[in-house]
Amino acid sequence: MMESLVSFFAMGGYYAYVWPAYGLAAVVLGGLLVVSLRALRVRQAEVDRLEGGGRRRRAGGGGA
Amino acid sequence: MRPFLRLVRRDLRLAFRQAGDSATVVMFFVLAVVLIPFGVGPEPAILARIAGGIIWVMAMFAALLSLERLFQADYEDGSLELLVLSPQPLAATVVAKCLAHWLSTGVPLILAAPLLGLVMNLEADGIGALVVALALGTPTLSLIGAVGAALTLGARRGGVLLPLLVLPLYIPVLIFGVAAVEAAISGLPMRPHLLLLGALLLAALPLCPWAAAAGLRQALE
Amino acid sequence: MTVSLHRFANPARFLKIAALVLPWASGLTVGLLGLGLYLGLVASPPDYQQGESVRIMYVHVPAAWMAMFVYSVIAVASATALIWRHPLADLVAQASSPIGACFTFLCLVTGSLWGKPMWGTWWMWDARMTSVLILFFLYLGHMSLSKAFDDPVRGAKAASVLALVGVVNLPIIKFSVDWWNTLHQPASVMRLDGPTIDGSMLTPLLLMALAFTMYYVALLILRVRAEMLDRKLRTARLAAVDAATVPAPAR
Repeated sequence: MMESLVSFFAMGGYYAYVWPAYGLAAVVLGGLLVVSLRALRVRQAEVDRLEGGGRRRRAGGGGA
Repeated sequence: MRPFLRLVRRDLRLAFRQAGDSATVVMFFVLAVVLIPFGVGPEPAILARIAGGIIWVMAMFAALLSLERLFQADYEDGSLELLVLSPQPLAATVVAKCLAHWLSTGVPLILAAPLLGLVMNLEADGIGALVVALALGTPTLSLIGAVGAALTLGARRGGVLLPLLVLPLYIPVLIFGVAAVEAAISGLPMRPHLLLLGALLLAALPLCPWAAAAGLRQALE
Repeated sequence: MTVSLHRFANPARFLKIAALVLPWASGLTVGLLGLGLYLGLVASPPDYQQGESVRIMYVHVPAAWMAMFVYSVIAVASATALIWRHPLADLVAQASSPIGACFTFLCLVTGSLWGKPMWGTWWMWDARMTSVLILFFLYLGHMSLSKAFDDPVRGAKAASVLALVGVVNLPIIKFSVDWWNTLHQPASVMRLDGPTIDGSMLTPLLLMALAFTMYYVALLILRVRAEMLDRKLRTARLAAVDAATVPAPAR
Protein backbone atom coordinates (compact mmCIF):
# COMPACT_ATOMS: atom_id res chain seq x y z
CA MET A 1 0.00 0.00 0.00
CA MET A 2 2.68 2.43 1.14
CA GLU A 3 4.91 1.40 -1.73
CA SER A 4 2.29 1.86 -4.40
CA LEU A 5 1.53 5.30 -3.00
CA VAL A 6 5.19 6.23 -3.11
CA SER A 7 5.53 5.01 -6.66
CA PHE A 8 2.36 6.91 -7.56
CA PHE A 9 3.81 10.17 -6.27
CA ALA A 10 7.17 9.43 -7.87
CA MET A 11 5.53 9.35 -11.33
CA GLY A 12 8.32 7.23 -12.74
CA GLY A 13 10.85 9.93 -11.86
CA TYR A 14 8.83 12.66 -13.54
CA TYR A 15 7.24 13.89 -10.31
CA ALA A 16 8.97 17.27 -10.64
CA TYR A 17 7.12 17.90 -13.90
CA VAL A 18 3.79 16.10 -13.55
CA TRP A 19 2.76 17.43 -10.14
CA PRO A 20 3.61 21.08 -10.80
CA ALA A 21 1.55 20.85 -14.01
CA TYR A 22 -1.49 19.57 -12.12
CA GLY A 23 -0.86 21.84 -9.15
CA LEU A 24 -0.63 24.89 -11.33
CA ALA A 25 -3.80 23.93 -13.18
CA ALA A 26 -5.58 23.62 -9.83
CA VAL A 27 -4.23 26.96 -8.62
CA VAL A 28 -5.06 28.85 -11.83
CA LEU A 29 -8.53 27.39 -12.40
CA GLY A 30 -9.40 27.46 -8.71
CA GLY A 31 -8.05 30.98 -8.34
CA LEU A 32 -10.10 32.22 -11.28
CA LEU A 33 -13.18 30.64 -9.74
CA VAL A 34 -12.55 32.29 -6.37
CA VAL A 35 -11.89 35.69 -7.95
CA SER A 36 -15.04 35.46 -10.08
CA LEU A 37 -17.19 34.37 -7.15
CA ARG A 38 -15.87 37.14 -4.97
CA ALA A 39 -16.47 39.76 -7.68
CA LEU A 40 -20.02 38.51 -8.07
CA ARG A 41 -20.65 38.60 -4.33
CA VAL A 42 -19.20 42.10 -3.88
CA ARG A 43 -21.37 43.47 -6.69
CA GLN A 44 -24.46 41.70 -5.47
CA ALA A 45 -23.92 43.19 -2.01
CA GLU A 46 -23.47 46.63 -3.53
CA VAL A 47 -26.66 46.32 -5.58
CA ASP A 48 -28.57 45.15 -2.51
CA ARG A 49 -27.17 48.05 -0.50
CA LEU A 50 -28.09 50.60 -3.16
CA GLU A 51 -31.59 49.25 -3.57
CA GLY A 52 -32.15 49.06 0.17
CA GLY A 53 -30.43 52.43 0.71
CA GLY A 54 -32.47 54.06 -2.03
CA ARG A 55 -35.70 53.10 -0.37
CA ARG A 56 -34.52 54.38 2.99
CA ARG A 57 -33.29 57.63 1.49
CA ARG A 58 -36.56 58.20 -0.25
CA ALA A 59 -38.41 57.61 3.02
CA GLY A 60 -36.06 60.00 4.84
CA GLY A 61 -36.51 62.64 2.15
CA GLY A 62 -40.27 62.46 2.61
CA GLY A 63 -39.88 63.06 6.35
CA ALA A 64 -37.75 66.18 5.83
CA MET B 1 -10.47 62.17 -54.77
CA ARG B 2 -9.99 65.88 -54.10
CA PRO B 3 -10.96 65.76 -50.37
CA PHE B 4 -8.84 62.63 -49.96
CA LEU B 5 -5.72 64.39 -51.21
CA ARG B 6 -6.56 67.50 -49.25
CA LEU B 7 -6.70 65.42 -46.07
CA VAL B 8 -3.37 63.78 -46.84
CA ARG B 9 -1.80 67.17 -47.46
CA ARG B 10 -3.27 68.62 -44.27
CA ASP B 11 -2.01 65.73 -42.15
CA LEU B 12 1.43 65.92 -43.70
CA ARG B 13 1.61 69.63 -43.07
CA LEU B 14 0.62 69.05 -39.45
CA ALA B 15 3.19 66.28 -39.06
CA PHE B 16 6.01 68.40 -40.42
CA ARG B 17 4.97 71.51 -38.55
CA GLN B 18 5.21 69.77 -35.17
CA ALA B 19 8.94 70.44 -34.91
CA GLY B 20 9.88 67.41 -36.93
CA ASP B 21 7.92 64.45 -35.64
CA SER B 22 9.45 62.40 -38.44
CA ALA B 23 12.92 63.46 -37.39
CA THR B 24 12.27 62.27 -33.85
CA VAL B 25 11.03 58.92 -35.10
CA VAL B 26 14.07 58.44 -37.31
CA MET B 27 16.39 59.49 -34.50
CA PHE B 28 14.81 56.89 -32.24
CA PHE B 29 15.20 54.28 -34.98
CA VAL B 30 18.89 55.06 -35.52
CA LEU B 31 19.67 55.24 -31.84
CA ALA B 32 17.90 51.99 -31.03
CA VAL B 33 19.76 50.09 -33.75
CA VAL B 34 23.09 51.65 -32.79
CA LEU B 35 22.61 50.39 -29.22
CA ILE B 36 22.64 46.77 -30.41
CA PRO B 37 26.40 46.45 -31.00
CA PHE B 38 26.91 47.64 -27.42
CA GLY B 39 24.65 44.82 -26.30
CA VAL B 40 26.00 41.93 -28.39
CA GLY B 41 29.53 43.09 -29.09
CA PRO B 42 31.08 44.60 -32.21
CA GLU B 43 31.93 41.39 -34.05
CA PRO B 44 31.05 42.03 -37.74
CA ALA B 45 29.88 38.49 -38.52
CA ILE B 46 27.39 38.44 -35.64
CA LEU B 47 26.10 41.90 -36.48
CA ALA B 48 25.64 40.96 -40.15
CA ARG B 49 23.75 37.84 -39.11
CA ILE B 50 21.25 39.70 -36.90
CA ALA B 51 21.11 43.01 -38.82
CA GLY B 52 17.94 42.23 -40.80
CA GLY B 53 15.94 41.21 -37.76
CA ILE B 54 17.18 44.05 -35.57
CA ILE B 55 16.48 46.74 -38.14
CA TRP B 56 13.00 45.35 -38.80
CA VAL B 57 12.08 45.14 -35.12
CA MET B 58 13.35 48.64 -34.42
CA ALA B 59 11.50 50.00 -37.46
CA MET B 60 8.31 48.52 -35.97
CA PHE B 61 8.91 50.18 -32.63
CA ALA B 62 9.67 53.47 -34.36
CA ALA B 63 6.47 53.23 -36.41
CA LEU B 64 4.56 52.58 -33.16
CA LEU B 65 5.87 55.79 -31.58
CA SER B 66 3.83 58.13 -33.73
CA LEU B 67 0.74 55.92 -34.01
CA GLU B 68 -0.88 57.10 -30.84
CA ARG B 69 -1.33 60.59 -32.28
CA LEU B 70 -2.80 59.33 -35.55
CA PHE B 71 -6.34 60.24 -34.50
CA GLN B 72 -5.68 61.73 -31.06
CA ALA B 73 -5.30 65.40 -32.05
CA ASP B 74 -8.35 65.29 -34.33
CA TYR B 75 -10.31 63.54 -31.60
CA GLU B 76 -9.42 66.15 -29.00
CA ASP B 77 -10.08 69.27 -31.07
CA GLY B 78 -13.30 67.85 -32.51
CA SER B 79 -12.26 67.76 -36.17
CA LEU B 80 -12.67 63.98 -36.13
CA GLU B 81 -16.41 64.48 -35.79
CA LEU B 82 -16.40 66.66 -38.88
CA LEU B 83 -14.44 63.98 -40.75
CA VAL B 84 -16.97 61.34 -39.72
CA LEU B 85 -19.87 63.55 -40.82
CA SER B 86 -18.25 64.51 -44.14
CA PRO B 87 -19.67 62.87 -47.31
CA GLN B 88 -16.43 60.99 -47.88
CA PRO B 89 -16.65 57.42 -46.55
CA LEU B 90 -14.88 57.11 -43.23
CA ALA B 91 -12.76 54.19 -44.45
CA ALA B 92 -11.33 56.44 -47.17
CA THR B 93 -10.54 59.04 -44.54
CA VAL B 94 -8.67 56.37 -42.60
CA VAL B 95 -6.70 55.41 -45.72
CA ALA B 96 -5.78 59.07 -46.22
CA LYS B 97 -4.59 59.32 -42.63
CA CYS B 98 -2.58 56.10 -42.98
CA LEU B 99 -1.02 57.39 -46.18
CA ALA B 100 0.01 60.58 -44.43
CA HIS B 101 1.37 58.58 -41.50
CA TRP B 102 3.34 56.35 -43.82
CA LEU B 103 4.73 59.29 -45.80
CA SER B 104 5.77 61.10 -42.64
CA THR B 105 7.23 58.13 -40.72
CA GLY B 106 7.46 55.05 -42.96
CA VAL B 107 9.35 56.72 -45.79
CA PRO B 108 11.95 58.37 -43.51
CA LEU B 109 12.51 54.97 -41.89
CA ILE B 110 13.05 53.37 -45.29
CA LEU B 111 15.52 56.13 -46.19
CA ALA B 112 17.44 55.66 -42.94
CA ALA B 113 17.56 51.86 -43.22
CA PRO B 114 20.45 51.53 -45.76
CA LEU B 115 22.68 53.61 -43.52
CA LEU B 116 21.90 51.37 -40.58
CA GLY B 117 22.49 48.34 -42.78
CA LEU B 118 25.99 49.62 -43.47
CA VAL B 119 26.65 50.26 -39.79
CA MET B 120 25.47 46.75 -38.99
CA ASN B 121 27.75 45.28 -41.64
CA LEU B 122 24.90 44.03 -43.81
CA GLU B 123 25.89 43.03 -47.37
CA ALA B 124 24.80 45.12 -50.33
CA ASP B 125 22.28 42.46 -51.45
CA GLY B 126 20.83 42.41 -47.98
CA ILE B 127 20.50 46.19 -47.90
CA GLY B 128 18.65 46.17 -51.22
CA ALA B 129 16.28 43.48 -49.96
CA LEU B 130 15.79 45.36 -46.70
CA VAL B 131 14.74 48.55 -48.49
CA VAL B 132 12.32 46.76 -50.80
CA ALA B 133 10.87 44.72 -47.93
CA LEU B 134 10.46 47.81 -45.76
CA ALA B 135 8.79 49.62 -48.63
CA LEU B 136 6.25 46.80 -48.94
CA GLY B 137 5.88 46.18 -45.21
CA THR B 138 5.71 49.59 -43.56
CA PRO B 139 2.39 50.59 -45.22
CA THR B 140 0.88 47.46 -43.68
CA LEU B 141 2.27 48.54 -40.30
CA SER B 142 0.55 51.92 -40.66
CA LEU B 143 -2.75 50.27 -41.63
CA ILE B 144 -2.75 47.74 -38.79
CA GLY B 145 -1.61 50.46 -36.42
CA ALA B 146 -4.55 52.64 -37.45
CA VAL B 147 -6.92 49.95 -36.16
CA GLY B 148 -5.16 49.94 -32.80
CA ALA B 149 -5.08 53.74 -32.67
CA ALA B 150 -8.81 53.95 -33.44
CA LEU B 151 -9.72 51.32 -30.85
CA THR B 152 -7.68 52.90 -28.05
CA LEU B 153 -9.02 56.40 -28.72
CA GLY B 154 -10.11 57.86 -25.40
CA ALA B 155 -8.84 54.86 -23.43
CA ARG B 156 -7.05 55.16 -20.14
CA ARG B 157 -3.31 54.58 -20.74
CA GLY B 158 -4.00 54.30 -24.48
CA GLY B 159 -0.34 54.87 -25.27
CA VAL B 160 0.74 51.77 -23.34
CA LEU B 161 -2.17 49.71 -24.54
CA LEU B 162 -1.59 50.38 -28.24
CA PRO B 163 1.66 48.35 -28.59
CA LEU B 164 0.08 45.48 -26.67
CA LEU B 165 -2.74 45.30 -29.22
CA VAL B 166 -0.74 45.97 -32.35
CA LEU B 167 2.58 44.14 -31.91
CA PRO B 168 1.14 40.59 -32.04
CA LEU B 169 -0.59 41.53 -35.30
CA TYR B 170 2.74 42.77 -36.70
CA ILE B 171 4.38 39.34 -36.43
CA PRO B 172 3.58 38.11 -39.98
CA VAL B 173 5.05 41.29 -41.50
CA LEU B 174 8.16 40.85 -39.36
CA ILE B 175 8.57 37.20 -40.35
CA PHE B 176 8.34 37.77 -44.11
CA GLY B 177 10.27 41.03 -44.00
CA VAL B 178 13.22 39.44 -42.23
CA ALA B 179 13.01 36.32 -44.40
CA ALA B 180 13.43 38.45 -47.53
CA VAL B 181 16.65 39.94 -46.13
CA GLU B 182 17.98 36.56 -45.06
CA ALA B 183 17.18 35.02 -48.42
CA ALA B 184 19.05 37.82 -50.18
CA ILE B 185 22.10 37.35 -47.94
CA SER B 186 22.25 33.61 -48.51
CA GLY B 187 21.72 33.93 -52.25
CA LEU B 188 18.21 32.48 -52.30
CA PRO B 189 15.35 34.05 -54.24
CA MET B 190 13.63 36.72 -52.18
CA ARG B 191 10.70 37.07 -54.55
CA PRO B 192 8.31 34.73 -52.65
CA HIS B 193 8.83 36.66 -49.40
CA LEU B 194 8.24 39.97 -51.12
CA LEU B 195 5.13 38.59 -52.79
CA LEU B 196 3.82 37.49 -49.41
CA LEU B 197 4.53 40.95 -47.98
CA GLY B 198 2.62 42.40 -50.91
CA ALA B 199 -0.25 40.00 -50.24
CA LEU B 200 -0.37 41.14 -46.62
CA LEU B 201 -0.56 44.75 -47.78
CA LEU B 202 -3.34 43.93 -50.24
CA ALA B 203 -5.28 42.13 -47.50
CA ALA B 204 -4.76 44.96 -45.00
CA LEU B 205 -5.77 47.66 -47.47
CA PRO B 206 -9.51 46.95 -47.44
CA LEU B 207 -9.82 45.28 -44.00
CA CYS B 208 -7.91 47.62 -41.71
CA PRO B 209 -9.59 50.90 -42.75
CA TRP B 210 -12.94 49.22 -42.32
CA ALA B 211 -12.11 48.03 -38.79
CA ALA B 212 -10.52 51.37 -37.91
CA ALA B 213 -13.62 53.20 -39.16
CA ALA B 214 -15.77 51.01 -36.92
CA GLY B 215 -13.49 51.88 -34.01
CA LEU B 216 -13.68 55.61 -34.77
CA ARG B 217 -17.49 55.55 -34.90
CA GLN B 218 -17.55 53.84 -31.51
CA ALA B 219 -15.21 56.44 -30.08
CA LEU B 220 -17.56 59.24 -31.13
CA GLU B 221 -20.80 57.61 -30.04
CA MET C 1 -31.72 56.01 -19.25
CA THR C 2 -34.68 53.76 -18.56
CA VAL C 3 -34.13 51.89 -21.81
CA SER C 4 -30.54 50.98 -20.98
CA LEU C 5 -31.56 50.09 -17.45
CA HIS C 6 -34.09 47.62 -18.77
CA ARG C 7 -31.71 46.21 -21.31
CA PHE C 8 -29.08 45.39 -18.72
CA ALA C 9 -30.91 45.10 -15.47
CA ASN C 10 -33.66 42.73 -16.56
CA PRO C 11 -32.29 40.19 -18.98
CA ALA C 12 -34.66 37.86 -17.21
CA ARG C 13 -34.45 35.11 -19.75
CA PHE C 14 -30.71 34.73 -19.51
CA LEU C 15 -30.88 34.68 -15.73
CA LYS C 16 -33.59 32.03 -15.82
CA ILE C 17 -31.66 29.77 -18.18
CA ALA C 18 -28.42 30.45 -16.30
CA ALA C 19 -30.02 29.45 -12.99
CA LEU C 20 -31.11 26.23 -14.63
CA VAL C 21 -27.75 25.43 -16.24
CA LEU C 22 -25.41 26.48 -13.44
CA PRO C 23 -26.00 23.58 -11.00
CA TRP C 24 -25.72 21.06 -13.83
CA ALA C 25 -22.54 22.59 -15.19
CA SER C 26 -20.95 22.77 -11.73
CA GLY C 27 -21.96 19.23 -10.87
CA LEU C 28 -20.71 17.88 -14.18
CA THR C 29 -17.43 19.76 -13.76
CA VAL C 30 -16.78 18.11 -10.42
CA GLY C 31 -17.90 14.66 -11.55
CA LEU C 32 -16.04 14.66 -14.87
CA LEU C 33 -12.94 16.15 -13.28
CA GLY C 34 -12.89 13.45 -10.60
CA LEU C 35 -13.33 10.67 -13.15
CA GLY C 36 -10.88 12.19 -15.61
CA LEU C 37 -8.22 12.71 -12.93
CA TYR C 38 -8.62 9.15 -11.65
CA LEU C 39 -8.36 7.65 -15.13
CA GLY C 40 -5.60 10.02 -16.18
CA LEU C 41 -3.40 9.81 -13.10
CA VAL C 42 -4.06 6.29 -11.85
CA ALA C 43 -5.86 3.98 -14.22
CA SER C 44 -4.25 4.82 -17.56
CA PRO C 45 -0.95 3.20 -18.55
CA PRO C 46 2.27 5.19 -18.91
CA ASP C 47 3.41 5.85 -22.47
CA TYR C 48 6.01 3.40 -23.77
CA GLN C 49 8.26 6.26 -24.93
CA GLN C 50 7.49 9.15 -22.60
CA GLY C 51 6.74 7.14 -19.47
CA GLU C 52 4.71 8.78 -16.76
CA SER C 53 5.40 12.27 -18.09
CA VAL C 54 2.68 11.66 -20.64
CA ARG C 55 0.16 12.34 -17.86
CA ILE C 56 0.81 16.06 -18.33
CA MET C 57 -1.06 15.63 -21.59
CA TYR C 58 -4.37 15.31 -19.72
CA VAL C 59 -4.07 18.95 -18.65
CA HIS C 60 -2.05 20.31 -21.54
CA VAL C 61 -4.13 19.16 -24.51
CA PRO C 62 -7.57 20.01 -23.07
CA ALA C 63 -6.20 23.43 -22.07
CA ALA C 64 -5.00 23.93 -25.65
CA TRP C 65 -8.40 22.94 -27.00
CA MET C 66 -10.12 25.30 -24.60
CA ALA C 67 -7.77 28.12 -25.54
CA MET C 68 -8.95 27.86 -29.13
CA PHE C 69 -12.58 27.08 -28.29
CA VAL C 70 -12.95 30.09 -25.99
CA TYR C 71 -11.42 32.37 -28.60
CA SER C 72 -13.93 31.16 -31.18
CA VAL C 73 -16.73 31.79 -28.68
CA ILE C 74 -15.40 35.33 -28.24
CA ALA C 75 -15.27 35.78 -32.02
CA VAL C 76 -18.85 34.59 -32.55
CA ALA C 77 -20.09 36.65 -29.61
CA SER C 78 -18.26 39.73 -30.90
CA ALA C 79 -19.75 39.35 -34.37
CA THR C 80 -23.19 38.96 -32.81
CA ALA C 81 -22.62 42.04 -30.69
CA LEU C 82 -21.48 44.14 -33.63
CA ILE C 83 -24.06 42.99 -36.18
CA TRP C 84 -27.21 42.53 -34.07
CA ARG C 85 -26.14 44.72 -31.16
CA HIS C 86 -27.21 42.01 -28.76
CA PRO C 87 -26.19 43.31 -25.32
CA LEU C 88 -25.69 39.81 -23.92
CA ALA C 89 -23.14 38.94 -26.62
CA ASP C 90 -20.89 41.77 -25.46
CA LEU C 91 -21.02 40.44 -21.93
CA VAL C 92 -20.23 36.90 -23.04
CA ALA C 93 -17.18 38.06 -25.01
CA GLN C 94 -15.96 40.22 -22.17
CA ALA C 95 -16.50 37.54 -19.52
CA SER C 96 -14.83 34.86 -21.65
CA SER C 97 -11.48 36.43 -22.31
CA PRO C 98 -9.96 36.07 -18.81
CA ILE C 99 -11.06 32.43 -18.78
CA GLY C 100 -9.52 31.84 -22.19
CA ALA C 101 -6.36 33.61 -21.12
CA CYS C 102 -6.08 31.30 -18.09
CA PHE C 103 -6.47 28.21 -20.27
CA THR C 104 -3.88 29.54 -22.72
CA PHE C 105 -1.48 30.28 -19.87
CA LEU C 106 -1.99 26.76 -18.51
CA CYS C 107 -1.40 25.28 -21.95
CA LEU C 108 1.90 27.17 -22.23
CA VAL C 109 3.19 26.34 -18.77
CA THR C 110 2.21 22.66 -18.85
CA GLY C 111 3.71 22.46 -22.32
CA SER C 112 6.91 23.86 -20.91
CA LEU C 113 6.82 21.39 -17.99
CA TRP C 114 6.31 18.57 -20.48
CA GLY C 115 8.98 19.89 -22.83
CA LYS C 116 11.72 19.96 -20.18
CA PRO C 117 11.96 16.17 -19.71
CA MET C 118 11.08 15.40 -23.35
CA TRP C 119 13.12 18.00 -25.28
CA GLY C 120 15.57 18.86 -22.52
CA THR C 121 14.57 22.51 -22.62
CA TRP C 122 11.84 24.60 -21.03
CA TRP C 123 10.98 26.44 -24.18
CA MET C 124 11.25 25.51 -27.81
CA TRP C 125 10.31 27.90 -30.60
CA ASP C 126 8.14 25.15 -31.95
CA ALA C 127 5.45 26.32 -34.36
CA ARG C 128 2.59 25.25 -32.11
CA MET C 129 3.88 26.70 -28.88
CA THR C 130 4.77 29.93 -30.65
CA SER C 131 1.26 30.24 -32.07
CA VAL C 132 -0.24 29.59 -28.65
CA LEU C 133 2.04 32.24 -27.17
CA ILE C 134 0.76 34.77 -29.71
CA LEU C 135 -2.81 33.70 -28.93
CA PHE C 136 -2.04 34.45 -25.29
CA PHE C 137 -0.95 37.98 -26.26
CA LEU C 138 -4.16 38.43 -28.24
CA TYR C 139 -6.13 37.43 -25.13
CA LEU C 140 -4.18 39.90 -23.00
CA GLY C 141 -4.84 42.68 -25.50
CA HIS C 142 -8.54 41.85 -25.58
CA MET C 143 -8.76 41.85 -21.79
CA SER C 144 -6.88 45.11 -21.37
CA LEU C 145 -8.83 46.88 -24.10
CA SER C 146 -12.21 45.88 -22.72
CA LYS C 147 -11.22 47.26 -19.31
CA ALA C 148 -9.47 50.39 -20.59
CA PHE C 149 -12.45 52.72 -20.80
CA ASP C 150 -14.47 54.52 -18.18
CA ASP C 151 -17.56 53.44 -20.06
CA PRO C 152 -17.73 49.62 -20.05
CA VAL C 153 -20.00 49.60 -23.11
CA ARG C 154 -17.36 51.38 -25.17
CA GLY C 155 -14.74 48.93 -23.89
CA ALA C 156 -16.85 45.97 -24.89
CA LYS C 157 -17.43 47.38 -28.37
CA ALA C 158 -13.77 48.16 -28.99
CA ALA C 159 -12.87 44.69 -27.75
CA SER C 160 -15.36 43.12 -30.19
CA VAL C 161 -13.71 44.84 -33.15
CA LEU C 162 -10.31 43.73 -31.85
CA ALA C 163 -11.52 40.14 -31.45
CA LEU C 164 -12.72 40.07 -35.07
CA VAL C 165 -9.45 41.59 -36.30
CA GLY C 166 -7.68 38.89 -34.29
CA VAL C 167 -9.76 36.13 -35.87
CA VAL C 168 -8.94 37.32 -39.37
CA ASN C 169 -5.29 37.47 -38.34
CA LEU C 170 -5.05 34.13 -36.56
CA PRO C 171 -4.78 31.98 -39.73
CA ILE C 172 -2.24 34.43 -41.18
CA ILE C 173 -0.20 34.33 -37.98
CA LYS C 174 -0.48 30.54 -37.84
CA PHE C 175 0.66 30.22 -41.45
CA SER C 176 3.55 32.62 -41.06
CA VAL C 177 4.74 31.02 -37.82
CA ASP C 178 4.62 27.51 -39.32
CA TRP C 179 6.53 28.73 -42.30
CA TRP C 180 9.06 30.62 -40.18
CA ASN C 181 9.53 27.51 -38.08
CA THR C 182 10.25 25.20 -41.00
CA LEU C 183 12.61 27.84 -42.37
CA HIS C 184 14.64 28.02 -39.19
CA GLN C 185 14.73 24.54 -37.79
CA PRO C 186 14.59 21.23 -39.59
CA ALA C 187 11.80 19.14 -38.15
CA SER C 188 13.81 16.94 -35.86
CA VAL C 189 11.84 17.87 -32.79
CA MET C 190 9.76 15.20 -31.20
CA ARG C 191 6.22 16.52 -31.29
CA LEU C 192 4.37 16.65 -28.01
CA ASP C 193 1.47 14.86 -29.63
CA GLY C 194 3.90 12.22 -30.89
CA PRO C 195 2.48 9.01 -29.45
CA THR C 196 -0.57 7.76 -31.29
CA ILE C 197 -3.26 7.86 -28.72
CA ASP C 198 -4.53 4.61 -27.32
CA GLY C 199 -8.13 4.24 -26.13
CA SER C 200 -7.04 4.02 -22.51
CA MET C 201 -5.50 7.48 -22.92
CA LEU C 202 -8.20 8.95 -25.13
CA THR C 203 -10.95 8.40 -22.54
CA PRO C 204 -9.36 10.47 -19.75
CA LEU C 205 -8.32 13.06 -22.32
CA LEU C 206 -11.89 13.52 -23.52
CA LEU C 207 -13.24 13.45 -19.96
CA MET C 208 -10.84 16.20 -18.93
CA ALA C 209 -11.74 18.22 -22.02
CA LEU C 210 -15.45 17.89 -21.16
CA ALA C 211 -14.74 18.82 -17.55
CA PHE C 212 -12.90 21.95 -18.70
CA THR C 213 -15.80 22.83 -21.00
CA MET C 214 -18.30 22.50 -18.15
CA TYR C 215 -16.02 24.56 -15.92
CA TYR C 216 -15.98 27.22 -18.63
CA VAL C 217 -19.79 27.20 -18.89
CA ALA C 218 -20.24 27.53 -15.13
CA LEU C 219 -17.63 30.25 -14.80
CA LEU C 220 -19.02 32.09 -17.81
CA ILE C 221 -22.43 32.26 -16.15
CA LEU C 222 -20.91 33.60 -12.93
CA ARG C 223 -18.86 36.19 -14.75
CA VAL C 224 -21.68 37.34 -17.03
CA ARG C 225 -23.84 37.82 -13.96
CA ALA C 226 -21.11 39.88 -12.33
CA GLU C 227 -20.74 42.00 -15.50
CA MET C 228 -24.50 42.58 -15.55
CA LEU C 229 -24.47 43.76 -11.96
CA ASP C 230 -21.50 45.95 -12.79
CA ARG C 231 -23.40 47.78 -15.51
CA LYS C 232 -26.49 48.02 -13.36
CA LEU C 233 -24.39 49.61 -10.63
CA ARG C 234 -22.84 52.02 -13.08
CA THR C 235 -26.23 53.08 -14.39
CA ALA C 236 -27.49 53.50 -10.85
CA ARG C 237 -24.47 55.61 -9.90
CA LEU C 238 -24.84 57.80 -12.98
CA ALA C 239 -28.51 58.25 -12.15
CA ALA C 240 -27.56 59.23 -8.60
CA VAL C 241 -25.07 61.79 -9.90
CA ASP C 242 -27.71 63.19 -12.29
CA ALA C 243 -30.22 63.43 -9.49
CA ALA C 244 -27.68 65.20 -7.28
CA THR C 245 -26.54 67.76 -9.87
CA VAL C 246 -29.68 68.46 -11.89
CA PRO C 247 -32.41 70.13 -9.83
CA ALA C 248 -35.51 67.95 -9.84
CA PRO C 249 -38.26 69.32 -12.08
CA ALA C 250 -41.41 70.40 -10.31
CA ARG C 251 -43.94 67.64 -10.42
